[in-house]
Amino acid sequence: MLLDSLFNGVAIGSVLLVAALGLAIVFGLMGVINLAHGELMMLGAYTTYVTQLIFKLPLLKPYYNAYVIVSIFLAFIVSGVVGILLEKTVIRKLYGSPLETLLATWGVSLILQQFVRSVPLAYGTGLVISLIIGLFLPTTFPLKIKESINFKYLKFSSWIIAASTGVLTGNVISSSVSKLSRASARNVDVTAPAWMRGQVEILGTAFPKTRLMIIIITLISVIAITLFLNQSAWGMRIRAVTQNRKMSDCLGISTEKVDVLTFGIGSGLAGVAGVAVSLLGSVGPNVGGNYIVGCFMVVVLGGVGNLLGTVLASFGIGIMTDLIGAGRLLSIWPDMPLPLSNTINFFATTSMARVMIFALIVIFLQFKPTGLFPQKGRMVES
Amino acid sequence: MRISRRILAGLATASLAVTATSCGGGSSTSGSFDDTVTVGILHSLSGTMAISESTLVDTEKMAIAEINAAGGVTVDGKSYKIEYIVEDGASDWPTFAEKSKKLIDQDGVPVVFGGWTSASRKAMLPVYESKDAFLYYPIQYEAQECSNNIFYTGASPNQQSEPATDFMFKRSPAAGKPFFLVGSDYVFPRTSNTITKEQLKSLGGKVVGEDYLPLGNTEVAPIISKIKKALAPTGGGVIINTLNGDQNVAFFKQIQDAGITPSNGYYVMNYSIAEEEISTIGPEFLEGHYGAWNYMMSIDTPESKKFAADFKALYGSDRVVADPQESAYNMVYLWKQAVEDAGTFENSAVREALVGQTFDAPQGPVEVMPNHHLAQTVRIGLIKPEGGFEILEETDGVVYPQAWNQFEPSSKGYACDWTDPSKGERYKL
Repeated sequence: MLLDSLFNGVAIGSVLLVAALGLAIVFGLMGVINLAHGELMMLGAYTTYVTQLIFKLPLLKPYYNAYVIVSIFLAFIVSGVVGILLEKTVIRKLYGSPLETLLATWGVSLILQQFVRSVPLAYGTGLVISLIIGLFLPTTFPLKIKESINFKYLKFSSWIIAASTGVLTGNVISSSVSKLSRASARNVDVTAPAWMRGQVEILGTAFPKTRLMIIIITLISVIAITLFLNQSAWGMRIRAVTQNRKMSDCLGISTEKVDVLTFGIGSGLAGVAGVAVSLLGSVGPNVGGNYIVGCFMVVVLGGVGNLLGTVLASFGIGIMTDLIGAGRLLSIWPDMPLPLSNTINFFATTSMARVMIFALIVIFLQFKPTGLFPQKGRMVES
Repeated sequence: MRISRRILAGLATASLAVTATSCGGGSSTSGSFDDTVTVGILHSLSGTMAISESTLVDTEKMAIAEINAAGGVTVDGKSYKIEYIVEDGASDWPTFAEKSKKLIDQDGVPVVFGGWTSASRKAMLPVYESKDAFLYYPIQYEAQECSNNIFYTGASPNQQSEPATDFMFKRSPAAGKPFFLVGSDYVFPRTSNTITKEQLKSLGGKVVGEDYLPLGNTEVAPIISKIKKALAPTGGGVIINTLNGDQNVAFFKQIQDAGITPSNGYYVMNYSIAEEEISTIGPEFLEGHYGAWNYMMSIDTPESKKFAADFKALYGSDRVVADPQESAYNMVYLWKQAVEDAGTFENSAVREALVGQTFDAPQGPVEVMPNHHLAQTVRIGLIKPEGGFEILEETDGVVYPQAWNQFEPSSKGYACDWTDPSKGERYKL
């Protein structure tokens, strides 16, 4: 009973966490209000769908069971690359003006939604592949070539290679997977492979396997990102730029590169979240919009710029949602006074639980406006 | 709304321009017609509802093309070709009202076929009543409404949810077991579930729980634990599902993972899942659950087969037809018949001629009743592993529609009759 409740809370919380993790980095570390975060999740979800269909082709059919694992990496790359492009074209020009960023990213989110509605997924895939090759091919050349004056021609030609590969893959996919050859506003469906369906029994309680999978994905993402930020050289640079941009710049850290990297990682994590939510519901152009409010809520509640806060906030909200929404307090304390039990029953529906959670968060933020773990000292930019 | 010759002549040129640029409605030769009449089609072509509503536009276009191919509408000895203007309600309820005004005032259409959600209908209703225009609405809904200016071709609760509840309580594998009600949080599920609760009370059944998911929310974990807590002691039971659109995908994926399946004794009766939704959600998640509709694609009659075959021929062999589409198809034909009987496009005459119209619909014969609803057959179906329904039972002949529900205390004992001026929208039986 208690185990069941705890699991439910953790399950709800981990969906929130995996969705908010990328935002915690982009919004928390960079201070960019990215309203297109939900749409980057949507791209991740669509990546899962496309991967699933490609793994149904005869050539890859034997490995079908592994497609979810593969799609986690693909979704990270796809959303990450789109995020990098977004940073290079839109957000870079708007650092320090949050209102304009907010409007611009909202615009981008609308563009991305309409894009998946009106472009056949096969060509969308082709376009993304072009972007990946175009952005990464030039970086693989040796430094000597990069510094030569003819490098811009080389860069240009690598974009031509990228474009033609993209068109080619688009056409190949479109002719071999008929479901991807037409544009459609219709929601699509990701079906988990057989080994991920059903439930496992632990200590007498049955847990749905997809939920366990999402919890595992979330855990790995959190651990990986914590290790990256705290142990790697680039992670240290990211933290340095977050703390003091000008000083880091003076010390020779390329803040431009750090910005691209941070935004790319944040966006990539949105893609991973997309894989997770595609296992729970259907995949459609609006899928990200359903999560974006929850994401901001988690980040603000946790304290902007603090990963631990984000983790605790999402599990807190998850457990509260389950406690209130499923009316668990009543079964823990069955003979509570009538007015109290009536109140609890009133809030024990999904929609009223949501109202209650929002109300509690508003009250909490009245007392601690900077969230659970506010940033202190010199880190806070005035 | 009176259509003068002058307006019609203007419309003919205007609609020619419209159709030439946009839709090219109906058959290509207009030489054999004496004149044209332009009708309005108003559904969401963008936004969340576009998936469902665009199928209605397809069906209405098909019905119009069929009528035109068969010589159009004959009024007063003159044959009229039907042209149409398609407007996008954009899944946004105020837009529905705004576009209705545009169709009535600017385009001067004699009739609008449109709407899906109850919210869009509620938004449009005042427009049609204030302008005394006419809306044809094709979706099964919660009733408790009876407008002189709306004609409802979908099922009222006593033509869908009541027979379905009766079936689940008396004759399903979970007969006699308790009920749990799940729906999206808006007007149709809440009203429909109120009716179900009252009905179960009179049948002696038990409702052990009820929950609503806010629109757009797909987190069903708390609902699942409530269902388990409420129904597990009796070894399963009946779940009445009025969730909307893609929330169903999340719901069915997750209840299957949680072991809430027919093989464990849990049976879901669905009011919003038709053939189209079964293929989107995936039959592997829905197999063994139930649905209740007036029309099901598996009806084995020549009319039904022709309807499905014509639709596939026009829009592709992978397309399916379902109850809402059949309602949309019927309403175009019923309008045509009423206009021909009235001998004019003029609104009050058409309205009078409409009541009593019969039509051999794909589902079987239907008849327009004085309360502007349709008498129609009710069917209960079991969802098959390969998709679609296996029809388990169907009513003996048509079920007469009740605009005011007879289980719900606030409307019990009331009815609606627009043919008698002394009765009107709501009178005591």
